[in-house]
Amino acid sequence: MYPADRKYTKDHEWIRIGGTTAEIGITDFAQQQLGDVVFVDLPEPGKSIAAGDSFGSIESVKAVSELYAPMSGEVVEVNSSLKDHPEVINKDPHGTWMIKVRLTNAADTGALLDSGQYQDLTK
Amino acid sequence: MVPFAGWDMPVEYSGVTNEHMAVRTRAGVFDVSHMGEIEIAGKDALAAVQHISSNDASRLSVGQAHYSALTTPDGTFVDDLLVYRMAPSHFMLVVNASNIEKDYQWIAAQIAKVGEAACVDSSSRYALIAIQGPAAREVLQPLTGVDLNEMKYYWFASGEVASALATISRTGYTGEDGFEIFCRPNQADQVWQALLEAGRSADVIPCGLAARDTLRLEAAMRLYGNDVDETTTVLEADLGWIVGWKKPSFIGLERLREQKEKGVARRIVGFEMVDRGIARHGYQAVRGGEQVGVVTSGTQTPFLKKAIGMAYLPVELTAPDTVFEIDVRGRPSKAKVVPMPFYKRPR
Repeated sequence: MYPADRKYTKDHEWIRIGGTTAEIGITDFAQQQLGDVVFVDLPEPGKSIAAGDSFGSIESVKAVSELYAPMSGEVVEVNSSLKDHPEVINKDPHGTWMIKVRLTNAADTGALLDSGQYQDLTK
Repeated sequence: MVPFAGWDMPVEYSGVTNEHMAVRTRAGVFDVSHMGEIEIAGKDALAAVQHISSNDASRLSVGQAHYSALTTPDGTFVDDLLVYRMAPSHFMLVVNASNIEKDYQWIAAQIAKVGEAACVDSSSRYALIAIQGPAAREVLQPLTGVDLNEMKYYWFASGEVASALATISRTGYTGEDGFEIFCRPNQADQVWQALLEAGRSADVIPCGLAARDTLRLEAAMRLYGNDVDETTTVLEADLGWIVGWKKPSFIGLERLREQKEKGVARRIVGFEMVDRGIARHGYQAVRGGEQVGVVTSGTQTPFLKKAIGMAYLPVELTAPDTVFEIDVRGRPSKAKVVPMPFYKRPR
């Protein structure tokens, strides 16, 4: 159920790499744990993010959680439709990217999980 | 499921937004059996209740209930509660689950000085099932011989629900019309199932703790431990209407009178976020870089679709439309004071 075309973090983000850029979102497991998402706070384009650091936050009715960068890079695009429709993250978590990042080193995926490893983590 | 005051409580069944909207538009069923019941009876039961509770229980008829505060000598909250007059000299206090033991000890010690009255913690003898929402009456009515149409808001009656012995009370914690049903724990399942079955065609659904919290907040009902506690007075909580000012005495009356005359320094307000963001319990209210108050409750509400909350602010900042800032995890975000309740049901 976790697409094999991307990598995952232990903090429940996914990253889909295409060349030197990547899309980042959260997993179906994460959205289930959060419940109804009502607010997403994302960085502006141009901001540098470092692997493992918080790049924003996501809030459900219940609680707020940090979003952690799977890899380092520079934000090139932000999914602005999430401002008014954060609930699409619940409906289609793997089809909804939050930010696009130009990666510092696209080959540096060593610490990330593949879909099978991530699936095991959520069991 | 989450542990809550010794109970395993469902946070949500089908999702907080879905459950919240069901209660605003149809009806939802809640298991709130964790709530505590403390009964006071005896020749001087009325005097005992009058001594410990801020509201004026002499104004209650048998079959009537009201909201009140169990007050400290400082006029702050030992707890907030509903007082039911079961018989002329028999009262039932419905208290918060996390406070049952504390309340019972407090009440027993205080009423010992009053006269002939005894108190009993009968929490384990009652389950409590609530049905809340505009369709609540039509769903519950076929299950009981009690004429619900005749029951006024904050009145109650004894009877049966789905063949279980029950006390039905037209009360709730959601801002909607609705009923709370006290029954024996071994018959709670029967009542719960019957309500959901009777409500099936109206799409009545079970609701959890999360929806209970967002619903009560839209209705601006205070939550003990968040909005009121032993550090907040009844007047600071803007609940002067539950103070029986004409009563000759009760615990805390002198301090509350004094505070009423001098005026409070801070008061609870409702607010709406102006900037994007959601304020949560414990966030600081700031103005000019200085902390001026604290957020006690806050959420994004499913029905109003706004980020709202309650906060204690200095009284000079409590006028509607006053703008202040809330420190939302390091980011100052504008909010403005708005009148409460945030939501009022259409009548």
